[in-house]
Amino acid sequence: MSDSSVLTPAPAPPDRGRSLAPRPVRRPAQRARLRRRNLWIYAFLLPTFVLYGMYTLYPMVASYWYSLVEWNGFTADQRFVGLENYRAVLADPMFWSAVRITLVFMLIVAPLRVFGAFFLAMMLNSPKLPFSAFFRTMYFLPVVTTTAIVGVVMRFVLDPASGPLSYVTELFGLGPVDLLGSSATALPTAAVIYVWKFFGITLIYWLAALQTVPKDLYEAARIDGAGAVQTFRHITLPLLIPFLLIITVLTVEDCFHAFDLMQTMTAGGPFYSTEIIEIYIYRFAFAATIPQLGFASAAAVLFGLLVLAVVGVQLWVTMLARRSGARS
Amino acid sequence: MTTLDRPTSARTPHDPTPPERPSRGHRWRRRLPWWLLVAVLGVIALLWIYPFIWMVSASLKSPAEIFAGGLSLLPEELRWENYARAWTDGNFRRYLLNTAVVTIATVVIVTVRCALAGYVLGRYRFPGSRLILGILVATLFVPTGYTIIPVVKLSMQLGLLDQLSGMILALSGGANVAAILIYAGYFRGLPAELEEAAVVDGAGFLRTFSRIMLPLSMPVTATVSVLTFLFTWNAFFLPLVFSFSNPDLRTVSVGMQAFVGENSTDWSGMAAAGVISLIPIVALFAFMQRYFVEGIAGSVKS
Repeated sequence: MSDSSVLTPAPAPPDRGRSLAPRPVRRPAQRARLRRRNLWIYAFLLPTFVLYGMYTLYPMVASYWYSLVEWNGFTADQRFVGLENYRAVLADPMFWSAVRITLVFMLIVAPLRVFGAFFLAMMLNSPKLPFSAFFRTMYFLPVVTTTAIVGVVMRFVLDPASGPLSYVTELFGLGPVDLLGSSATALPTAAVIYVWKFFGITLIYWLAALQTVPKDLYEAARIDGAGAVQTFRHITLPLLIPFLLIITVLTVEDCFHAFDLMQTMTAGGPFYSTEIIEIYIYRFAFAATIPQLGFASAAAVLFGLLVLAVVGVQLWVTMLARRSGARS
Repeated sequence: MTTLDRPTSARTPHDPTPPERPSRGHRWRRRLPWWLLVAVLGVIALLWIYPFIWMVSASLKSPAEIFAGGLSLLPEELRWENYARAWTDGNFRRYLLNTAVVTIATVVIVTVRCALAGYVLGRYRFPGSRLILGILVATLFVPTGYTIIPVVKLSMQLGLLDQLSGMILALSGGANVAAILIYAGYFRGLPAELEEAAVVDGAGFLRTFSRIMLPLSMPVTATVSVLTFLFTWNAFFLPLVFSFSNPDLRTVSVGMQAFVGENSTDWSGMAAAGVISLIPIVALFAFMQRYFVEGIAGSVKS
């Protein structure tokens, strides 16, 4: 993808360069050819229509229906209860706790990833740094590993009785520390591990962004006698602002996919202190002896709306920033 | 510092050795901050991958040695039997096979369908093309937790819930919008003359795609398949739900949790199981690193 022509940070696909068929079609032969072409086009789209329709679009719509019924998943009978499930979800303090935990988690993870990865990318991008490719590989490595397995391994690494961390804390005379076992430290610990796990993705985003800064700009700045700080302040930074916005959107969105790590590392515990919304949904839909699928669907719909709202607000801010940037 | 060094080397231009030494020292001094940075980054990098080093080390120790061994990473004696235990007793032979089957099938389906869809969406304008692109982009950020219940219900109705094929279909039907967009962006960037030349030569729609466009898109195909491989191999939520009632369907990520649930004191077996599960994906990363990086960087650029 590196040498393709899409280098602008515009999220919407640009509308140029399509092989344009002449719009006003008159001759029947041409019209027939166009119709045949369109048939091929729809044939090409068919696999996507079927799979994506079945497993993404339909579930999005069906969730709304399920959220209006009372249903345990085993029997076929679904009793329509209207908005009763929503009332029950919104009245459940555990749901609000899960919303709060999801947002707190995001607020810890996103800034650490966006700004931490930015600093590391600045260092790794410097041509003077030896072994920068090696470091990039090392810092990226956790990204490719299976999150659910890392979650289990981390439970052992942080084990207060015989995990390697306990030896380190003992070395410093701190005694055993149960980071995942106490409800005060479990969420920050999980957040830090999540940062570590997916730091490499944000790092690659930033390295790609830094690559777009033209080299001759630096050259020109150097000839004009600009120092490192000045170059950064007046050249690198202004060019990176649009990227900051899009990278923040992508990273924040990524924070809503913490189910794998949380479920395997803490399963929402201790005392529900790390129960993000996805685990809350999972608990009512699959982990309970009598599943409450209607109730869980209502929570899922609300979760979908929350993600939509968070991403929507950010895209809106991005758009405003871009517009004001274009004006000045 | 630089200005002070220079006269020293200039003063003795005829002596063969002295001019070298100051300049080398000078270069060293200038590069010193960078080497300090390398040292700092190196130490952090070691801590960064420490959990994996610890896992490999623990997989070769005896359980007693893990509990008593402190921080030493070198096992007293290499205990390969941990791997045998994870492989047969832990059933990771089965889990690894399941994961491989599910991953490869999903990669093939996703790559094919995204190449087809990306091609027509990127290169043609037709009735509904804008609407389809709009819907795809709008669902870019749909979380699994939101769609999981209807997906399970649908698979149940189709009789696919307790089968690998059901898992494969569910995995290849979700969240692959990014792949379609990558393909669309790439095909859009190819020159229109390619098609015109093909039409002049009498090639039809399918032929133009399969003989000209698809071969040209090999770099993108590599990126998309590598990333799909990564996501599928590491998937947890869907395989977990699909293998509830049939443990034989577990993938490695689900199997790991089950293994720990059943043998909570077998740390070395757990570590060996972890190594077995991670080796394929880490090996793929080692050989195809470029495509991983390009695929992830692509979402920022486009």
